[in-house]
Amino acid sequence: MIDWSGYIGLILQGAWVTVQLTLMGSALAVVVAFAAGLGRLSRFMAVRALATTYIEFFRGTSIFVQLFWAYFVLPFAGITLTPLQAGVLALGLNVGAYGAEVVRGAVKAIGREQREACIALNLTRFQAMRHIILPQALPLMLPTFGNNAIELLKGTAVVSLISLTDMTFQAQVVRAQTGSTLIPFATILLLYFAMAWLISMGMRWLERRVSRGLDGVRV
Amino acid sequence: MEWDWEFVRQIMPTLIEGLKITILATALGAVVAAVIGLVFAILRMTAPKPIARATSFIVEFIRGTPLLVQLYFIFYVLPDVGIRLPALVAGVIGLGIHYGTYAAEVYRAGIENVPRGQWEAAKATNLTARQTWIHVILPQAIPPMIPALANYLIAMFKETPLLSAITVLELMNQAKSIANSNYRYIEPMTLVGVFFLIMSLISVVFLRWLEERYSRVEQR
Repeated sequence: MIDWSGYIGLILQGAWVTVQLTLMGSALAVVVAFAAGLGRLSRFMAVRALATTYIEFFRGTSIFVQLFWAYFVLPFAGITLTPLQAGVLALGLNVGAYGAEVVRGAVKAIGREQREACIALNLTRFQAMRHIILPQALPLMLPTFGNNAIELLKGTAVVSLISLTDMTFQAQVVRAQTGSTLIPFATILLLYFAMAWLISMGMRWLERRVSRGLDGVRV
Repeated sequence: MEWDWEFVRQIMPTLIEGLKITILATALGAVVAAVIGLVFAILRMTAPKPIARATSFIVEFIRGTPLLVQLYFIFYVLPDVGIRLPALVAGVIGLGIHYGTYAAEVYRAGIENVPRGQWEAAKATNLTARQTWIHVILPQAIPPMIPALANYLIAMFKETPLLSAITVLELMNQAKSIANSNYRYIEPMTLVGVFFLIMSLISVVFLRWLEERYSRVEQR
């Protein structure tokens, strides 16, 4: 009979790494998404081109390839990353590229009359974006951001392949040590699902929060 | 370390071999996904309540968990109950089931977006169920689905490197084995990236064309 308590501990340690990766990756992704998404709407051609290149590049190749590239090729350029850093970097930049398109779409979806009103009121571009456009665009972005966060969570499983000890990696360890396959894999499937469910609950709460005060305006 | 064109020329045939498997897995996975998606969509829309509920839950579960773990599950757990699959078959089934859940959503949205009035008109003109589906509902439901499905096809293509984790010798795995045996990572890894980038840039152009073509049908 196998003593499962130790192995459960191992998987929970892995779960903690997965949670850390998801949180840090999401934080990076949000920053990058706003930078690149607003960059694509910039007045300056160079900024637009830069943002478009970034988005197309990261959406065009898969997270797996980017992760391996960050982990194995960057050291030759003199940048050595720990597996955790490489994981956060690749996940954040990858999901950030998808998020950028969401930001762009939501900002463009705000009606012309809002922009014209801003110009009529002599707001600067920054003021218009900060006080008028973004507060209305944010509720439009959140549902898709929620899906992106779940995609990121699912993406974290890939880091196990660059020897980061996340939940999937630990399940493989348990499989190697016990020879049992069903229990470790079923356990982590359930844990991943629980995490995805938590994210979608959290996003729903956030959505209610940011659309407060916008009742009757739109949506 | 410097970029070495001679090495690139040397490894190209192996990478092309891998690319063929990648494309094969994508094509087979797409077929499986299209069929499984249809099954899920029909179960969710027409089956009795408990079955429809259970199907929704299964779809949610598959969408909420990583494809990599699902592949491991198919590849490592199923042999314990006596189902031993070759790596490529396991990979295709994994891809198919995972993306089938996304396809199911697209089918459902497409069919539900056909206005109620069309169903009522079909009933009023005394069409049979078969005639209603073939001549009224599907011709209006399918065109808007096509860009969305193509989008998932591209997404699936980009996920195929995961199959290397269950020992399928596709592009990524070939690149990894070249890299490990020569201890040169720059060329194989970068080339894999370039291959994927080229393929997806081409498919983005194709997708734009599809969107343009089929959104016109919608506006008619």
